[in-house]
Amino acid sequence: MDFVLLPEILSSTLRMSVPLILACLAGLWSERSGIVDIGLEGKMLVGAFVAACSASYFHSPWMGLFLAIVVCVLFALVHGYASINQRGNQVVSGVAINMLAAGLTVVIGNSWYKQGGRTPQLDQGSRFLPIDFPGHDALFEMNGIGPIAKIFLDHSILVYIALALVPLSAWALARTRFGLRLRAVGENPQAVDTAGISVARLRYQAVIIAGVLCGIAGAYLSTALQTSFVRDMSAGRGFLALTALIFANWRAWPALWACLLFGFLQAVANFMQGAHLFGVEIPVQVFNALPYIMTIVLLAGFIGKSVPPKASGTPYSKDR
Amino acid sequence: MSARSDLPRWVDIGLIPALNLIIAFVMAGLVVLVIGENPFRALSILLGEPLFSLQGWCNILYYATNFIFTGLCVAVAFHAGLFNIGGEGQAYIAGLGAATPGLFIGAALAAVLPNALSQPITLLICLVCSFLVGGLWGLFPGYLQAKRGSHIVITTIMLNFIAASLMQYMINRVYRPLGMQAVESRAVNDAYIWNLREIGRAFGAKLPSTPLTPVIFIALLAAFAVWYLLWRSKLGYEIRAVGANQDAAVYAGINPARIIMITMMISGGLAGLLAFHEVLGTQHRLVLEYVQGAGFVGIAVALMGRSHPVGIVLAALLFGLLSEGGTQLSFEIQTISKDLVVVIQGLVVLFMGALEQAFHPWLERYFRREG
Repeated sequence: MDFVLLPEILSSTLRMSVPLILACLAGLWSERSGIVDIGLEGKMLVGAFVAACSASYFHSPWMGLFLAIVVCVLFALVHGYASINQRGNQVVSGVAINMLAAGLTVVIGNSWYKQGGRTPQLDQGSRFLPIDFPGHDALFEMNGIGPIAKIFLDHSILVYIALALVPLSAWALARTRFGLRLRAVGENPQAVDTAGISVARLRYQAVIIAGVLCGIAGAYLSTALQTSFVRDMSAGRGFLALTALIFANWRAWPALWACLLFGFLQAVANFMQGAHLFGVEIPVQVFNALPYIMTIVLLAGFIGKSVPPKASGTPYSKDR
Repeated sequence: MSARSDLPRWVDIGLIPALNLIIAFVMAGLVVLVIGENPFRALSILLGEPLFSLQGWCNILYYATNFIFTGLCVAVAFHAGLFNIGGEGQAYIAGLGAATPGLFIGAALAAVLPNALSQPITLLICLVCSFLVGGLWGLFPGYLQAKRGSHIVITTIMLNFIAASLMQYMINRVYRPLGMQAVESRAVNDAYIWNLREIGRAFGAKLPSTPLTPVIFIALLAAFAVWYLLWRSKLGYEIRAVGANQDAAVYAGINPARIIMITMMISGGLAGLLAFHEVLGTQHRLVLEYVQGAGFVGIAVALMGRSHPVGIVLAALLFGLLSEGGTQLSFEIQTISKDLVVVIQGLVVLFMGALEQAFHPWLERYFRREG
């Protein structure tokens, strides 16, 4: 490995991790309430598309973010309706949302902009740019601490929002009445129902939170990480986030570390097309496949054990 | 996956899919309306155009060949109560099984045997290897589910991504001849499936240009074999017993772990046959990403076809029609991308799979009053 690139790689790690962190937290909220969400990928894609379109239309990244959240919540509600009211198969519903997202974004994008599903390039004012705090140029050029400061401070506001949402989620799930009830619904909905609390209401709240988080993740992809929407731009990140969630055993802090690890692998894969380790060339595909391989090994119970919330994936009905 | 219901059979297998399909079309029509085109004109091109030419029909059957394989793949797993989302990866990785014997054994056989003999033998080996490689890629998550308790939905998703990385590596680094720019293997000439046009030419007939090959008959044979397996064999009975109630199956002397692994092997193998068709019949070499989402279409096909081989063949024809119609649609109306078909597929999965109970109370009330 080339160590000159290390600050660049670490900075990129953070950037690559952010969509994973947001989607992973979305999955965490949803699955903790008992709703399996395979549709993170699709929701993120829709969010990215809507954010890019509306940011370019209104010339404001915040409008992009806002509308991305609104549309993602609508998609989340479809999933919620199918899994909560209709007691449908949650995995099938998620697959459907992914297909819908992949199709709709390209069909609509192609007809609006006629660039094969790509949206117009966003100008500087329509994007989330690295925060411009006073004296940052001087700080980044300083010897010694400059490059280190650049790793952590040269990012857009969404990066810090995502990082702040980790402790917030951990705290809310562990310490608030709402969080405790939500987790209880994911473990034993009957008990929660018996206590006179609405299972459906709690699950809808969880699904909406997941929608909001996916919306932020999508907006980050098209208005901060890149400068437009391109077809299939979520590129498996939703599934990678799901993988991180399993790898982290459905807990917020470990989810952060898992996402940073997977983000690091993505950053390395981007920076060096095939790294060398001890004189042996490692193909770039190894970095892409590694998160999934590690998680399968974990799932198989060869190292540790990953245990999902007990009631996740099973619809709740009173008459059982 | 298959709903227990008190409805008459024809409602369950006929009316409900038809209703859901109509809703899917209405919603897709709304999308067309939103992008400012005439939905009725779009629909008439989508469903009408392919039906009025021989080439259209051939292309429908070509797409249907792939969808029958992936639809059967999903359906077989459904019957054991398993949701195999890994058809995409199983079909992709099976390309190794399809191409490798053709590239290496084929040349050796061609050297000692006359062409008329070496080609069919090589193709047969390729067919078996496609099934086996796809099957092994399905067996692995089956093993993890049966013996290690890892959820099959999760593991098959992950194996899709691992398959994508692995194939990218294999094609780029192992199969690509030195100095070739395009990321693909050399042509597999010793296991070459003729398409209809080439067959026609051999007999002096001029047929339209189409990727349709005789593999469609293998697909139909596979559909029949799956029907026979599930409803006429002991193994099929055991598969359905495990799917209906695993605990009860144990008391019937069935070993669910064994059945889950065998089912996933068969399921993956069926997806693997897509590679036989695509690699040797269409591409004639190992290329990147040749599955193109057919594994996911298989989910829609299996849901639409109610996991029954006859239903799957019909649903595969329908989705074949949509795929061909979507291509024609994007030619005729430039503003509509052929991805509209993906939207329709997604809507079908949503209504047939996740919201399949939506009409039930309503229909049940109606038919109770009748009966």
